[in-house]
Amino acid sequence: MVNQLIFLYFAVVILASAILTITRKNPVHSVMFMLLLFFHIAGVFVLLNAEFLAAVQLIVYAGAILILYLFVVMLLNVDKESASARANKYWVWMVVFGTVIAAEILLLVSRGTFPANIDRPMRFAAGMGVRELGEALYKQYLVPFEIASVILLVGLIGAVTLAKKRANE
Amino acid sequence: MIPLSWYVMLSAALFAIGVVGVLTRRNIFIILMSIELMLNAANINLIAFSHYLQSLTGQVFVIFVITVAAAEAAVALAIIILIARNRGTVYVDEFNILKG
Repeated sequence: MVNQLIFLYFAVVILASAILTITRKNPVHSVMFMLLLFFHIAGVFVLLNAEFLAAVQLIVYAGAILILYLFVVMLLNVDKESASARANKYWVWMVVFGTVIAAEILLLVSRGTFPANIDRPMRFAAGMGVRELGEALYKQYLVPFEIASVILLVGLIGAVTLAKKRANE
Repeated sequence: MIPLSWYVMLSAALFAIGVVGVLTRRNIFIILMSIELMLNAANINLIAFSHYLQSLTGQVFVIFVITVAAAEAAVALAIIILIARNRGTVYVDEFNILKG
């Protein structure tokens, strides 16, 4: 019961701050609501016994990616934002489209049953800790882990190469 | 005891909000943030199923999703800086130089 109330709090704040994120005029305000959203998503992760991923969510998403967004938003001048429209001209149709998608998924989920959804008490599972996660990452998923590091290297070099000024300009 | 379907519903609603953000906004920053919203919706789904199926594969996949999101944000923001430097705007409906 307490868990359900906590989940409902997290869900309401997540959805409200998501809607505020995509509707604010000023991108800096959007980034701030995004920060609130990431903190509450980390709370949901804790509720699901994924403490390490909650920490990763806070450190990588809120600490690194969002700060990068904030830097670039502040680097480019966004003063013209207040003068022009924030949404394109088809926005009413797109909102209707999104509502239809959401309603369809919610209807399907609420009518279906999940085989995993047996009435199991929320407990700390023995084989689900950080140690087991690390072992799975470094043993079973070692090759994808290395490929992920190559992707990060590509991102690093690509970002620097794209954004630096040309020497002959 | 929270039913698994609650998490799936939260994830679906968050994903739909991200889709609407991508499709409606003109500012390219908000569009990129909406993509992050959709990635986070997928992460909630992965971790919820990982918890209810008692399997660690979902959590490992979330780590990879976060890695790809970080690389994507870095490259996309570099491209935005280039576009804003060349075109002087951050609105996607003014990026129409490829229109025939």
